[in-house]
Amino acid sequence: MSDIKKIKDDYIDKLNTENNVDKVNNIKSELFGKNGIISNEFKKLGSISVEERKKLASDLNNVKDELQNKILIKIQEIETKEINLKLEKEKIDVTLPERDIKIGKIHPVSQVIDEISSIFSEIGFSVEEGPDVENEYNNFTALNTPDNHPARDMHDTFYLDNNKELLLRTHTSPVQVRTMLKGKPPFKIIAPGRTYRSDSDQTHAPMFHQVEGLHIDKNINMGHLKGCLNYFIKEFFEVDKIKMRFRPSHFPFTEPSAEVDIGYEIKNGKIVIGEGDKWLEILGCGMVHPNVLKNVKVNPSKYQGYAFGIGIDRLGMLKYGINDLRAFFETDYRWLSHFGFDPLDVPSNYRGLSR
Amino acid sequence: MKFTVDWLKNHLDTKFNNNQIIDKLTNIGLEVESFESSTSELDTFIVAKIINAKTHPNADRLKLCDVDIGSDKTIEVVCGAPNAKNGLLTVYAPPGSIIPKNQMKLSVSKIRGVTSYGMLCSESELLLSNESDGIIELKNNKYANKIGEKYFKKTSEKVIDLSITPNRPDCLGVRGIARDLSAAGAGTLKINKKSNLKYRGNQNINVTIKKEKAQGCTIFGSCLIKGVTNKESPKWLKDKILSLGQKPISAIVDITNYVMFDLNRPLHAYDADKIDNEVIVRSSSKGESFEALDNKKYILENDMCVISDRSGVLGLGGIIGGTRSGTEYSTKNILLESAYFLPRSIRKTSKQLNIDTDAKFRFERGIDPLSIEEGLIKASELIKQICGGEISNLDVKKIDNYKKTIINFDPFLFEKTTGFNVENKELIKILEKLGFDVSKNKKILKLVVPSWRPDITQSIDIVEEIVRIKGYEHINTSEPIKTRLKPTLNYYQKLFHFLQRSVASKGYLETVTWSFTDSKINQLFKENDEEIPIVNPISSDLNVLRNSIFPNLLFYLKKNLDRGFKDISLFEIGPAFKGKNPGDQLTVIGAVRAGKVSRLSWNDKERIVDTFDVKKDVIQSLCEAGIDKDDIVIDDKTPSYYHPGKSGGVYQNKNEKNALAYFGEIHPNIIKKLDIKTEGLVIFEICLDYIKDSKQKIKDSKSEYKFSDFQKSERDFAFIINKNFKSQELVNIIKSVDDKLIKSVIVFDVFEGENIPEGKKSIAVNVTIQSEEKTLNENDLENINKLIISSVESKSGAKIRS
Repeated sequence: MSDIKKIKDDYIDKLNTENNVDKVNNIKSELFGKNGIISNEFKKLGSISVEERKKLASDLNNVKDELQNKILIKIQEIETKEINLKLEKEKIDVTLPERDIKIGKIHPVSQVIDEISSIFSEIGFSVEEGPDVENEYNNFTALNTPDNHPARDMHDTFYLDNNKELLLRTHTSPVQVRTMLKGKPPFKIIAPGRTYRSDSDQTHAPMFHQVEGLHIDKNINMGHLKGCLNYFIKEFFEVDKIKMRFRPSHFPFTEPSAEVDIGYEIKNGKIVIGEGDKWLEILGCGMVHPNVLKNVKVNPSKYQGYAFGIGIDRLGMLKYGINDLRAFFETDYRWLSHFGFDPLDVPSNYRGLSR
Repeated sequence: MKFTVDWLKNHLDTKFNNNQIIDKLTNIGLEVESFESSTSELDTFIVAKIINAKTHPNADRLKLCDVDIGSDKTIEVVCGAPNAKNGLLTVYAPPGSIIPKNQMKLSVSKIRGVTSYGMLCSESELLLSNESDGIIELKNNKYANKIGEKYFKKTSEKVIDLSITPNRPDCLGVRGIARDLSAAGAGTLKINKKSNLKYRGNQNINVTIKKEKAQGCTIFGSCLIKGVTNKESPKWLKDKILSLGQKPISAIVDITNYVMFDLNRPLHAYDADKIDNEVIVRSSSKGESFEALDNKKYILENDMCVISDRSGVLGLGGIIGGTRSGTEYSTKNILLESAYFLPRSIRKTSKQLNIDTDAKFRFERGIDPLSIEEGLIKASELIKQICGGEISNLDVKKIDNYKKTIINFDPFLFEKTTGFNVENKELIKILEKLGFDVSKNKKILKLVVPSWRPDITQSIDIVEEIVRIKGYEHINTSEPIKTRLKPTLNYYQKLFHFLQRSVASKGYLETVTWSFTDSKINQLFKENDEEIPIVNPISSDLNVLRNSIFPNLLFYLKKNLDRGFKDISLFEIGPAFKGKNPGDQLTVIGAVRAGKVSRLSWNDKERIVDTFDVKKDVIQSLCEAGIDKDDIVIDDKTPSYYHPGKSGGVYQNKNEKNALAYFGEIHPNIIKKLDIKTEGLVIFEICLDYIKDSKQKIKDSKSEYKFSDFQKSERDFAFIINKNFKSQELVNIIKSVDDKLIKSVIVFDVFEGENIPEGKKSIAVNVTIQSEEKTLNENDLENINKLIISSVESKSGAKIRS
């Protein structure tokens, strides 16, 4: 027994000082290999008396367990130490810059168009489009703006021919004409797009964006128009309350016509929509003129409804605090990065219009 | 349309204060643009005192004055006036002031080397008199304690400026505005006093309106006023004219203008002695000319409405008079004209000759044809009062009679249109106050439209009148109706939004540029498209519609490079025009990438952007938009603005005619022409219209989910092949060996040069082979390998590398 104990103590000591896995494994085979010390001790059991054998076997088993356990722990210990050492050596400076990130952006005009489409989609409008080049008839005549009418002076038109037959549309209203000519009532559409007027200064650009709205059905009246726009403006500016004023105006293609102002005030140099006692004109609208309905083969005694036109760029400027309209179209990398939107920021009802 | 509240009160009895009037005007559709003092330009001129006047160091005739301008401020002004001396009180104009005489805006300027901050003024410069020999000398006793105060007192009251919509000519006169206000409950319209004017004799200058097809005049009323003394207008009249922002000229001219703004009744006064015998209203003949009161000579076209005498044209009817018959201070006898000209004729003539006058502005919108006499009487009265003279009987010639407009109005239309109800009684009251004659026939109202409202022709116009006067605030705000008639977006609209965000998510900044561009740049990108010039461009470098998005994109790319940006990714989605007819346009994405990938990176090698960067962007975007990558075919034929050897076209499948997209480097000639300085420049474009709508919803288009669990094996092959042989071909040849077993073919190495014969290249591919029925054994695989090699060798002329 004392032999075994001595062997055990010696090897425990040996293991305690050992730091190498291979050497620990050597010890393991020294002890438990084919001719290992412990293995040999077990072989000896056969040659001793039954009584002694019982005791010795038990002792041997204990020593075996203890040593095996020790070896296991030791290996784990050394491995852990080695891994830790390796990890220590592998440490890098994670504050070094990552690989190039290129962050793309969506132009504010596009973002605002998506916001507008999302809002109107909620109340059942679908999106229509029309060409940028229009004929004189769709842009003016069909919209009850006959030739030689002073109302045409309100539009500084770009022409593509000397007969003034082809032009760049001065508003999105010709989409009304196209939509109604190709379909049958009811109609419930918005039509965002590029529009053009030969006008250029701080607040006017020769190209800008409008969204047209049209809702024609049997009993659509000015109350619906007011309700629709009230809803839109509240949703768009993401405010609970909106101060809105309908004011009589004149457009040849609507009757009665209105301009819509919203209340605002300037707080710390920024426009706050929905408060204050100043008024800002943001759109024109009205009940579609019976002459227009006749021109597009819709019976005005059966159908009626409203139309509106909103300046998209201006809405964007108001909502996002952009001062200069011209900058929208100047492709300044700094401006685009600053006012642009993340491409994943898709305006929608359930995720919210904007972040 | 400008007027003062005072002037308004000549026509309106009202208890409203100014702010109430302003609000009411806006609420009934007469939008108030501004409400401010008309003389603001003169506010800058202040009383000042010369403290010290010394000789200018560089000019003997100039003086250098230290001027006390109040608030303990002294400034230095260079002055040429001989009377500038110490202690003189005078009028000082600071920089920014506008000098009334020449309308010049003062700025801080150096005069003979010395900086002068503003100016000391003479009476003539302020239009106070003709005195121009020296600066104004103000009396000590009156002005000594007013240094720093405004020299011009605010004598005139505030002016209301209305923006009148083109349908409301009646409100281009103060009386019309007053009438609208009275209908809206803001007061009572005053009744015009009956004239007790005494007429003497007949208007004995014969007037003829020629009956011609193009005749633009239907009524010509006139009277003679003999023995007048023309003079400066009295102060009240001058003030009125000034408040309109106009210059007083002489009593007679001022009176005609006053009546025009008061009643919206344009008039014209001729010096009767300068008319050669008679007045003939006729259409002009091409080539006739006359000198107009704006001191310009106009050469006329055919069929313009002219007022003429036996010697020729006197003036353009309803637009502008001529100098030959103009009134002067010496004028003794006047022929006063009050006529009706057709809007269409006025508009055509004024457009052709490019003339804009207050009279033209009114006639083209439509003047009250029944106001001929009223205008003559009102002006004659004033002329008699101010200039004396005797007035002849009124002479009114007409070739057409005014026809009343009658509308049978069903009040139900009002509620149907506006959504709210107004009692008949109130409705009638509003219409009557607006000047309608109302009679009832059961439920229908028979309305006679007032002659001053040419804009009202049908029932819906009546609805507008009532709702605007009643107030838009009475319209209810209904809950939005949410009914949907069809989906919000169609396939192409969805594609638009999808691709837009897909491209942006690859690091591109979206921009929006003009739809027009510079023809010189456009020409480099227009290929076979026709150039589409704009007849009246905003500027000569935006003179054509863009045939491609790239002209603008590259123009702005260059600007950003010039700003110091090196690595730029930009794109635009929008129209490219293919012809000048409506609809001749495609929706295109154009994108540019310039500079390097991984610039100044501590761990990656810097690399100039290349064709395969944009190829990745374009293919990935298309796949994200729903195009199957396996269907895509690449071709090397591209538009001429691409580098012929480093660009490709993308097709949705083999037999497609139009490329969905192109990508690659720009042709070096174009980079040189546009003088773009960058390390690398690659572009791509996607034409949305050429993407095929599968017409299948995603829920229907997903195929059955199948996969194989049998072992797959990968084999590498390297072939020596002709340099121009396309890798896409090679891949297709390999796939076609057995498209069931060969799951993928990946090109992983391409090189030329060392150990490769001239004109050849080495391509290495990795082929994945997997069966859906069994695990392939060595033998099966060997057979496939052999087949691959033999197919490639026979179909492409390649040799397997050993």
